[in-house]
Amino acid sequence: MKKRDEDNLRAVSELLKRAMPPVNAEPRRDLWPAMERRLNGERPAGAPWYDWALAGAVVAAITIFPQLFLLLAFHL
Amino acid sequence: MELLERFAQGDDDAFETLFWQFQGEVYGWILRIVREPAAAEELTIDTFWRIYRARARFRPSGSFGAWARRIATNAALDHLRQRRYTEELPEELASGDCPDPALERETRDQIRRAFRRLPAKLQSTASLALIEERPYEEIAGALGISAGAARLRVHRAVRILRSHLARLGLKP
Repeated sequence: MKKRDEDNLRAVSELLKRAMPPVNAEPRRDLWPAMERRLNGERPAGAPWYDWALAGAVVAAITIFPQLFLLLAFHL
Repeated sequence: MELLERFAQGDDDAFETLFWQFQGEVYGWILRIVREPAAAEELTIDTFWRIYRARARFRPSGSFGAWARRIATNAALDHLRQRRYTEELPEELASGDCPDPALERETRDQIRRAFRRLPAKLQSTASLALIEERPYEEIAGALGISAGAARLRVHRAVRILRSHLARLGLKP
């Protein structure tokens, strides 16, 4: 039984190797630039311009209408 | 300070040095599992990305190569799970690794399809053991299982493959 298993294993192994030969290769391109792009994409970026615009609008509104601060504080 | 210690503490230069030292090894290991050069390149980057994010958990007293290989194996397994149900066959491997010309293309494609239908865990173990002839201890280390469990997976893979191939009229 064990011998038959081993024979099957060897036969399948030979067939697979004929269809898909063993591989031993190096990357076809320099992978570092892609790695660097991935790393840079993850590093925290600054706040987008519309966040700053929104913050400015809120500060301006509170300066002009100070009572808005209470409304804002209530929603926060 | 040693390179691995600096890496574990988040030093980007140490990470880059390790990338250059190990990218070939990681790529080669992944290629042996997924057998598609383009996918292996993407998965190599993905592996190093996982390594970068997990660097605080790396113990500098351990082997970076073994740790990287384990992470690479997981990335390759994820890829095999995703591609299992696609019918398209990937590009042929680089020249120099040409299949046996005596084997007809259609037969070869049938064998490759039958192999790709294996569950990811069996496919990866069978690829490493039966095609690449890597030692069971090495395969077991990368998969996080015992050598005995790796052998069992290979026998299961062979049983399933034989039945797939028999249905196609191929008898190894």
